[in-house]
Amino acid sequence: MLEVFIFATLNGLVTGLLLFMLASGLTLIFSMMGVLNFAHASFYMLGAYFAYSISLHFGFWTGLIFAPLIVGCLGAAVERYGLRRVHQSGHVAELVFTFGLAFLIEEAVQFFWGPDTKNYQSPDLLDFPLFTLFGQEFSAYRGFMIGISILIFIGLYRVLTRSRIGIIIQAAISHPNTVANLGHNVPLIFMGVFGVGTALAGLAGVIAGPVLTTFPGMAIVLGSIVFVIVVIGGLGSLAGAFIASLLIGLLQSYAIASDVGMPDLLNLLGISFGRDHMLNDLWTMTLPQVAPILPYLLLVLVLIFRPTGLMGNREE
Amino acid sequence: MGIAKKISIWLAYLLLLLALPQFSDSILAISIYNQMAIAIIFALSYNMLLGQGGMLSFGHAVYFGLGGFLAVHALIMIEFETLYFSIIWIPLIGGFIGLLAAVFIGSFSTHKAGTVFAMISLGIGELIAASSLIFTDFFGGEAGVSGDRTYGPPLFGIEFFQDVEIYYLAAAWVFIATLFMYLFTQTPAGRMANAVRDNPERAEFIGYSARRIRYISFCAAGLFAGVAGGLFALNYEFITEENLNAATSGRVLLMAYIGGLGYFIGPILGAVILTLMNSLLSNYSDLWMLYLGIMFLLTVLFLPRGFAGFIMMHQIAWLNGSLKNLAVPYIITGVPAILFLVGGIGMLEMSHSEEEIFHYLGFELVTASLVGWISLTVMTLGALFAARMSLPQLRDAWEEANSLSQTEGES
Repeated sequence: MLEVFIFATLNGLVTGLLLFMLASGLTLIFSMMGVLNFAHASFYMLGAYFAYSISLHFGFWTGLIFAPLIVGCLGAAVERYGLRRVHQSGHVAELVFTFGLAFLIEEAVQFFWGPDTKNYQSPDLLDFPLFTLFGQEFSAYRGFMIGISILIFIGLYRVLTRSRIGIIIQAAISHPNTVANLGHNVPLIFMGVFGVGTALAGLAGVIAGPVLTTFPGMAIVLGSIVFVIVVIGGLGSLAGAFIASLLIGLLQSYAIASDVGMPDLLNLLGISFGRDHMLNDLWTMTLPQVAPILPYLLLVLVLIFRPTGLMGNREE
Repeated sequence: MGIAKKISIWLAYLLLLLALPQFSDSILAISIYNQMAIAIIFALSYNMLLGQGGMLSFGHAVYFGLGGFLAVHALIMIEFETLYFSIIWIPLIGGFIGLLAAVFIGSFSTHKAGTVFAMISLGIGELIAASSLIFTDFFGGEAGVSGDRTYGPPLFGIEFFQDVEIYYLAAAWVFIATLFMYLFTQTPAGRMANAVRDNPERAEFIGYSARRIRYISFCAAGLFAGVAGGLFALNYEFITEENLNAATSGRVLLMAYIGGLGYFIGPILGAVILTLMNSLLSNYSDLWMLYLGIMFLLTVLFLPRGFAGFIMMHQIAWLNGSLKNLAVPYIITGVPAILFLVGGIGMLEMSHSEEEIFHYLGFELVTASLVGWISLTVMTLGALFAARMSLPQLRDAWEEANSLSQTEGES
C-alpha cells in the first residue's frame, strides 16, 4: 500500500509540474491580454516535434535548447501578426482565432511529420534508475523532469518578482497605459511575454515528448487539462496555477493507482443491485475508470461555486 | 422589407429545398444534401448562442449528440415495438432531449457570458464525452449504438428505405426549424438576446434579467441542436461518441463563423460550404483539413463577419448602383489571388505526393525535379506580388464606390 502511495505521489508530481510549465505561460498570457490561448498546448506539441527532428541530427541536448527557442519565436510571430490584428474584433474573436490556430497547427504537424507516432527517445545519459524503492525503479529521466520544472518555477518566480523586467511586466499587466506613458514599449512587452510563454510550453513538450509519446494528438490530450488548471487556479494567478497543477496531477495519479469504486461504497452502505439493473454501469464504476473526467468535474464545480477560481480575484 | 417580399423569400427557400434532388439524385448527391440539412439546423442553433446571444460555446455537440442517442434508442424501441409511432417524429424526440439537457445545464452555466461560459461549456462537453465512454449500456462505448428506421408504421406507403425519402423528411424539418429559429429572432426574447449580447448592463437597467434572457436562448439552441441530432440518427441509423465530443463542437463553431455570425443566413452558408468541402474535397486531397484550417484562420483575420458579412459589405455600393465599378478592380486583384492559391495548393500537394509524377490541373510535374518546383514557386510568388500591387487600386475603387452613396444620401 505504501509503495503504491509513494509512486503515485511521485508520478503525480511529475505530471503536475509538467502541467505547471504549460499553465504558467498560459496564465501569464491571460493576465496580459485577457485571452485564453487555445493553441497553447499546440506549442507544447510543436516543442516536442522540433526537439525530435533536432535530436535526430544533433542529439537530445541541442534540441532541449533550440526547440523552445524556435517555438518562442513562432509564438511571438503569432502574437505580432495574428492576435494583435484580431484584438480589434474583441475577445470572442481572439478566442476563436486561437482555437483555429490550434486546429491548423495540428493539421500542419500531420502535414510535415505525418500522422504516426514518432520514436522520440530520452537521452542515453539519463537512462538509468535513479533509485529503487520496494523493488520498483524510478527512472533518472523522471527525476530530471522534476528538476527542470522546479528550476523553471523558481526562475520564473524570481524574474517576475525580483528583476526590473519582471516588475515592468507586472506593471504592464495591471496598468498598461501608465507603463506606456513612462516610455516602455508595451506591445513589445506583450509580444515578449507571449513568446516566453509559448517557449515554456515548447520546453514542456521537449521534456515530455519521450515520456508521453510524440504524436499529433498530444496537444488535445493535454490542452483542455491545462485550461482546466488555469481556470481552477484562478485566471491570471501564477500561485493558483501552481497549486491547481499539483492538485490535478496528484488527483489523477491517485485515482488511477487506487482500486476502490462504487461496489466498495455500496458494500459499505449495505446496498446491492442486480447485474441487469438499469444503471448497472453506474454501480460498477471504479475510480481508475473515472480518473479522466475528474478534472472536468472539478472545473464545473469550481466554476459554479467559485467562478474566480481558487486564488483568482479577477471578475469579468 | 415588406411582408410579401419576406414570404416570397421563404417560398423560394422551400422550393429550393424541394427541388434539390431534381438537380442530381445520385447517391452521393443525396447523401450530401442530407448532411447539409443536418448541418444547417445545427449551425443555426449554434448561431442562436454565439451570433445572437454572445455566448461562445465549446460544447454544443452535447445537445446534438444526446438528442441523437435518444433518437437512436427510440428507433430501437420502435423496432421492438415498445413504442409505436411514425419515425417522422424522431427529430422531435431529439429536440426534447436537447431541450431537457439545456434546461438542466443552462440553469448554472448561463450566469455569465464570455470566458466563464466558454470554460463551463468546454468542461461539460469533455465531461459528457468522457462519460459516454464509461456508460457503455446507453452510449454503446466506442462502437456507438445503431437502429433501423424502417420498422415504424409507413407514412402514406413510404417506409423510408431510401435516402431520398429521408431527404424530403429532412427538408421538411429544415424548413420548419429554420422558420422557427427565424421567428425566434423576431420575438421580444430574441431581440433582447441581441441587447444582452451587446451590453448586458444596459439590458439589466431597463429591467431585464440578462441571465434569464441568456437562459432562454440557451434552451432554444439546445432544442434545435437536438432536432439536428435526431435527423442525424434518422439519416445514418447509428451514432457514436464522436458525435458529442469536442471535434463536433469545433466543427459547428467553424461552420457558423466561416458563414458569418451576425447574419441569419450566415450559418446556412457556412453549413453548405463546409459540408461541400467535407464531402467533395476529401475525395481529391488528404490535406483538405489543412486547407480548412487555413481558410478558417484567414476568415477570422480578414473577414471577421464571415462570408455573409463579405456579401453584405456590398450593400451600400449595390444600393447606389456603383457595384459595377468594383467589378474591374475585383478581377484585377482576384485573378492573381486565385493564381496564388492555385500555386500554393500545388506546392503543398506536390510536397505531399508520393508518386514520381504529380498530376495537377492537367499538368504533369515531376516531383523530384527542380524545374517543376521552380516554375510553381515563381508563379506563386509572382501572383502574390501582383495581387499585393493591385491592392491600393482596389481600396481606392472601394472607397469611391462607398463614398458616392454618402454624397447622394445627403443631397
